[in-house]
Amino acid sequence: MERNYLTAGYSLKSWLTTRDHKRIALLYLAAITAFFFIGGAAAALIRLELATAPGDLVSADTYNRLFTAHGVIMVWLFLIPSIPSGLGNFLMPLMIGARDLAFPRLNLLSWYIYVAGGIMILTALFLGGVDTGWTFYTPYSTLFSNSHVVLTLLGVFVVGFSSILTGLNFIVTVHTMRAPGLTWFRLPLFVWANYATSLILVLATPVLAMTLLLVGIERIFQVGIFDPALGGDPLLFQHLFWFYSHPAVYIMVLPAMGVASEIIPCFARKRVFGYRFMAYAILGIAVIGFLVWGHHMFVSGQAMYASLAFSLLSFLVAIPSAIKVFNWTATLYKGSITFPAPMLYALGFVGLFTIGGLTGLYLASLALDVHLTDTYFVVAHFHYIMVGGSVMAYLGAVHFWWPKISGRLYPETWGRVAAVVIFFGFNLTFFPQYLLGAQGMPRRYHAYPPEFTLLNVLSSAGAALLAVGYLLPLAYLAWSVFRGQRATGNPWRATGLEWQTPSPPPPDNFAEPPVVTREPYDYSPTGEEIRQ
Amino acid sequence: MNGQVSPQFSSLGQQNAAATLGMWVFLATELMFFGPLFFGDWYGRLHFPLEFAAASRHTDMVLGTANTAILLTSSFAMANAVEALAAGRRTTARAMLVATAVLGVAFLAVKGLEWRHDWQGHLFPGRGSFLANGGQLFFLLYFALTGLHAVHLAIGIVLVLAFALAMRHDTSALAEPGRLRVAGLYWHFVDVVWIFLYPILYLVGRAAG
Repeated sequence: MERNYLTAGYSLKSWLTTRDHKRIALLYLAAITAFFFIGGAAAALIRLELATAPGDLVSADTYNRLFTAHGVIMVWLFLIPSIPSGLGNFLMPLMIGARDLAFPRLNLLSWYIYVAGGIMILTALFLGGVDTGWTFYTPYSTLFSNSHVVLTLLGVFVVGFSSILTGLNFIVTVHTMRAPGLTWFRLPLFVWANYATSLILVLATPVLAMTLLLVGIERIFQVGIFDPALGGDPLLFQHLFWFYSHPAVYIMVLPAMGVASEIIPCFARKRVFGYRFMAYAILGIAVIGFLVWGHHMFVSGQAMYASLAFSLLSFLVAIPSAIKVFNWTATLYKGSITFPAPMLYALGFVGLFTIGGLTGLYLASLALDVHLTDTYFVVAHFHYIMVGGSVMAYLGAVHFWWPKISGRLYPETWGRVAAVVIFFGFNLTFFPQYLLGAQGMPRRYHAYPPEFTLLNVLSSAGAALLAVGYLLPLAYLAWSVFRGQRATGNPWRATGLEWQTPSPPPPDNFAEPPVVTREPYDYSPTGEEIRQ
Repeated sequence: MNGQVSPQFSSLGQQNAAATLGMWVFLATELMFFGPLFFGDWYGRLHFPLEFAAASRHTDMVLGTANTAILLTSSFAMANAVEALAAGRRTTARAMLVATAVLGVAFLAVKGLEWRHDWQGHLFPGRGSFLANGGQLFFLLYFALTGLHAVHLAIGIVLVLAFALAMRHDTSALAEPGRLRVAGLYWHFVDVVWIFLYPILYLVGRAAG
């Protein structure tokens, strides 16, 4: 058998000291998967508690710690690194025809930093957890909370530097290491999306790092930065926190958009509609995304004119997002569409992202937001974006590139079954939460009035279905590593450079450095004939 | 040329371009790391104008101004070192790097003296401070900004000395002019941050009201 990146070394040391971006990607994917199921377990306990109206399973305090653990783990240890650091690490050099990222040692270092931060957060969890919510709002987090705030903050602080280093590596790699002929407007949209994500990672994450450091300083030394009792200002914290955490939403969803833009043209056998607009829309979302943070603070007492401006800008960010949805739809028009598992996930992504995005406009409307703030409507909205959008796309990507990563095909029937189970499980879990929110059920309580029972039972039943859907791929993908049919270099007849090298790729990626002479997504019928 | 090309690059030119861009991106992220402190200063000035003005009159303008002169001169030496190495004058480059490091150490010494005075003057924020609430915020930002800046400068001094030592041998990878240029970017960044710290900490409050 040919030597590939998987057979290049079998010892533990060969993995833990590797500089190969493909092996580092697998290290990331393993760690990310573990954190996903830990965060998911916390969510399972939350939905179990909410299956009945009274708070009978866990105490109010434990419940606070559960939703904080769920939020912190899912945001910083799963969603943010999932597509960029995991799949992006594997794919970015392959897609641009490079031998590796620009700084391979830095890439390995960023994985170690990620794991170190993850261990700090898990340690805080096992010592008793944190009860502040993932947003660490002051002055509760600095003055009142008796949980492991500082250790968790430091963990998130550390994980942030891993994101920054990955972002830096991607930016430099895309600028300086593209194959001959691969101009900016021939780049796959996945590369564009991860490039824009990297800009956000590099420019927003350090703001969070410093803000969390200041929270730690205030909590330890009792000096006033954010706590009004000490002479600080809590709104200052909210401004700084959301300056990072709103762009962080785009860190989570832009790479997912990149995934959809690879999968949909491939299974519609059509060039992506409006390629340049897709690329500009990605950049537009990244830029405008930096200017909308105040829409998390409409009821905080910030100036009315600030709220008006933030509301307007939040509506503006919907325009490039809508361009993308329209263009994916137009790509399907008159295509020769097939429905393997990655396509089911990608189509699910487009629909659920649209619902999540449109309900975001409800929340961007000043008057309506007063009613909906801190209700389950908000919870449903961001889960449609982050789970319906990002996690669906992540799973679609894992299936789409699984043959390239593992050299094996996954079992197609099981793949489709899991995708459908997840789609229905997701909607059953979160659609009732829109209704609960509109009826006024507040988030972050472990008990609720009996009127809300029916919708909560539906939601918890959906969560059980969703859990089955998430466990299925874990089982059949593991099975396929040993028993799956061997994959050829290009099982989907796709156009990207990553498909022009064997599966799994050799350690240096390409036997001959590729030269690009074609436009991206060249799925026209003549193109196919030439390729076969 | 003595610089080695790593296997992921196809030429030294590509490697240098990557290193230079990498440093620029790193500096952008560094700037944003300082960002919340600058934003805090602006926010505080807006919400506690009188307290900020009163508190900033307690800073030591003489030492602050002296340090500004010292740091600007160090950047001049650093720029000369980069140009000298590019022109192949390694001895001059090393002398300039030593001068850069000495000026950096002088800055830290003056800064240390200033912090000692601040501490003795009870300018540290916290319970029992004589400063008003906004004034405490000012001094918190003062210590955070100058402290973070000093950490960056200390790293810069170690970096510059490492280059000066390694350049005794022309086989060292650090004797490659492209690498020193990248290190120079970092040094100038630390200098530029100070150029913004000096007015907001020492000057603006004195001019107000």
